[in-house]
Amino acid sequence: MSGNRRLLSLPLTALLVAGLVALPVLTVALHVLLPDEGAWRHIVDVLLPDYLRNTMLLVAGTAVGVIAFGLTTAWLVSVCRFPGRRLFEWALVLPLAFPAYVIAYTYTDLLQVSGPVQTWIREITGWSAREYWFPPIRSLGGAIAMLSLVLYPYVYLLGRAAFVQQSSGVLEAARTLGCGPWRGFFRVALPMARPALVAGLLLALMETLADFGTVAYFGVPVFTTGIYRAWFSLGDPVSAAKLSAMLLAFVLVLVALERWNRGAMRFHQVGAPAAQRKPYQLRGWRALLAVLACMVPLGFGFVLPAARLAWLSWVGGDAQFGTRYLGLLWNSLSLAAVSAVIAVVAAVIVGYGLRLRPGPLMRGAHRIAGMGYAIPGSVIAVGVLIPLAAADQGLRGLLASWFGIEVGLLLTGGILGLVFAYVVRFLAVSLQSVDAGLARITPAMDDAARALGDGPGRTLRRVHLPILRVNLLTAGLIVFVDVMKELPATLILRPFDFDTLAVQAYKLAADERLAEASTASLAIVVAGLIPVILLARQVSQPAKRRERSEARGLMQATTPA
Amino acid sequence: MHPRFQNLFAPVLAVLLAGLALYGCSRESTPEPQAQAPAEAQPDGGVINIYSARHYQSDEDLYQAFTDATGIRVQRIEGKDDALIERILQEGDASPADILFTVDAGRLWRAEQAGVFQAVSSSVLEERIPSNLRHPQGKWFGFSTRARIIYYDKTRIDPTGLQRYEDLADPRWKGELCIRSGSNIYNLSLMASLIAADGLEEAENWARGVVANFARDPQGGDTDQIRAVAAGECGIAVGNTYYFARLMLSDDPADQAVVERVGWIFPNQEDRGTHVNISGAGIVASAPNAAGALEFLEFLASPEAQTRFARGNNEYPVVEGAALDNPALETLGEFKVDPMDATVYGENQAEAQRALDRAGWK
Repeated sequence: MSGNRRLLSLPLTALLVAGLVALPVLTVALHVLLPDEGAWRHIVDVLLPDYLRNTMLLVAGTAVGVIAFGLTTAWLVSVCRFPGRRLFEWALVLPLAFPAYVIAYTYTDLLQVSGPVQTWIREITGWSAREYWFPPIRSLGGAIAMLSLVLYPYVYLLGRAAFVQQSSGVLEAARTLGCGPWRGFFRVALPMARPALVAGLLLALMETLADFGTVAYFGVPVFTTGIYRAWFSLGDPVSAAKLSAMLLAFVLVLVALERWNRGAMRFHQVGAPAAQRKPYQLRGWRALLAVLACMVPLGFGFVLPAARLAWLSWVGGDAQFGTRYLGLLWNSLSLAAVSAVIAVVAAVIVGYGLRLRPGPLMRGAHRIAGMGYAIPGSVIAVGVLIPLAAADQGLRGLLASWFGIEVGLLLTGGILGLVFAYVVRFLAVSLQSVDAGLARITPAMDDAARALGDGPGRTLRRVHLPILRVNLLTAGLIVFVDVMKELPATLILRPFDFDTLAVQAYKLAADERLAEASTASLAIVVAGLIPVILLARQVSQPAKRRERSEARGLMQATTPA
Repeated sequence: MHPRFQNLFAPVLAVLLAGLALYGCSRESTPEPQAQAPAEAQPDGGVINIYSARHYQSDEDLYQAFTDATGIRVQRIEGKDDALIERILQEGDASPADILFTVDAGRLWRAEQAGVFQAVSSSVLEERIPSNLRHPQGKWFGFSTRARIIYYDKTRIDPTGLQRYEDLADPRWKGELCIRSGSNIYNLSLMASLIAADGLEEAENWARGVVANFARDPQGGDTDQIRAVAAGECGIAVGNTYYFARLMLSDDPADQAVVERVGWIFPNQEDRGTHVNISGAGIVASAPNAAGALEFLEFLASPEAQTRFARGNNEYPVVEGAALDNPALETLGEFKVDPMDATVYGENQAEAQRALDRAGWK
């Protein structure tokens, strides 16, 4: 029966997609069951305490950092009025264009003993390097600062969207009931924005757990660097997989905490978004404080490092700058675009599948599909390589015996494997955004559409997708920027002579040519700026558009088919 | 009314994937003719595929010189050694890789253990490359070396009594020593050589002594250690020669100031010699174009290519008599090389990592 088929097809596709994405994660996880090659005992005895301690401190510190930067600024620009607010509103997203490792290179160049800042201090004071204390940039604290500076936009973006979309009626009601701005924030706005804020925090922390570039460069022993050490120095991939599995456990704990924290609460919007909400007008020292609060993350997260990179590439950049960079740029952009589209489509399938069939199987698939984000790119790459290479061998044998043709490596030879790895790694990002959007849509709307005779596919197309438009765009743009910045998986899985901007920057930085690496680093940031600015525009004027699209969604939903 | 839509996702996804696969094929198609039809004449000399862990920009000139000389085109993937080894292993018989090029003897050893390489006999290579720098069955060959030497602050440190690696653990250098992470491959190979020379226990004690002398937690690369000496943060550093040579050749006045203040010591000249590591390559077992690959290896051992290693990337040639053509290397001077067999670095590597971990060398 066709009605039956309709109900099944979408959830089934969702399961399929989730399974495909889970494959590399499971491949890694299954390694845990294999006997290790002798390094595990040593790791547990000597290294693990450090990894656990540092990883927890890193996560906790970054959590504090991104909330301090992201939540404060999101609240300020959404409901307060102060000088420069319009500028900050979109500019605060800009640090997202910086890969964490690039900002780490830049600040190291600025702040290390031989860098300009400390050299200047020594010249002014006449001290030698051993006679004064300067906060060491290459340290756990430094890593927390770097990650907070580039990851807070996740909290900012989602928090800002939530504050702007909050039904004006609720806040107005709180005001008429005598809530001042602070109480209104803590008692009403913050709890209502919690799913979005926690989603942003979760993204930031998952990226923190997966970060390799920064912690490796700073020499902070955490799980990701430990995975490298176990695998590459101790020559024990099984122990590396065990460490990866422990990292996954960290993620599960984070996700579980979030669910437990949220409990059974649901947050659907019923009223109209705050189009004409009355803002809090800040004056005098309050306005100054607000400006400062926005300047700090923007200045240190974007303006200062971008200016330094620009200066470095001006005085001594990459000698190969020129047509070669057009190729690099094209490779980066096309990979990012293709991956972003696929990741968004997959997220809609998986997210909507769960909405249609919220059973335990669907929920498990949904959760595993979103876990790749916390796994270091190199681990994903190997998780992708093992099943894909096996499939390749099978395919090759099959084609050779059936048709007698020799095709080489179809799956791993081109960019397919690479794009697959990106989708596995970044599906969580698009999924978060799609889920956050879907959660806002009251199920009553689904019921209405379905009662009026639309199937799930048609409901999705005519009701959900128009409402989700902003979320989809956000999801796509974030994935796009993330792929532009991704390095380890790209290094391992790319085809012959296929360099991207990130690869070029890495090659020079790995060879300790930071000044020359600045050109490619700057190019990543600049290329990432376009989608980031699009994102920012999305953020700065969503209210009207959303109102329109929601109204249209409602109208379409209620139009008889 | 619209029965098409609910099934739209699967076909869309399938089309996208198929498109990607096709794109992948079209990208991949260039190296393949090699494997399919070796008999067919290649007017352009064919293609060799190199998986390289070398990350030096000067390599592109090297490949270009090879293409100019032989007509064989070079395609490359650069990445981390172990990731490349893993990729070759996973690709199996269908691997397009002809050559694996690494920057460390330990990695060559591990690739060889994993069965990546095929044995090659070439009188050219055997004649030119010293036997301690190549695999006995010709599975890999070293093509350039780099020495790991000691740097010191000429304004503060008296280098007498700092003539051996072993001296770095001397308590009189407490708070003076800067060296990079204990998981860094160059330090692991140095530690592996110390384990071979002095025994595990002695070497681990040495590592403890070194850790006790740290001026700061290990961080950054070799250049950073040298710069930290010049800035006065530490008195003594350890680093590979080509990083220092690069500073010597730099036009930047800041780099020149570094070179001005920093002195260098080739350690263990009175006994076994200075530790050197190799950058080397071998032909992959399933190489589609083994003949072209061998031609490439023999090209690397030619005097012209050997000089390129020195001139382009400040590495030492392995072939006797190859010109350096590099003022920095000439200034650094000749030195006695530890003749230890490079395979030792590979065999001892995991042991070295464990010992450094136990010694608290982060």
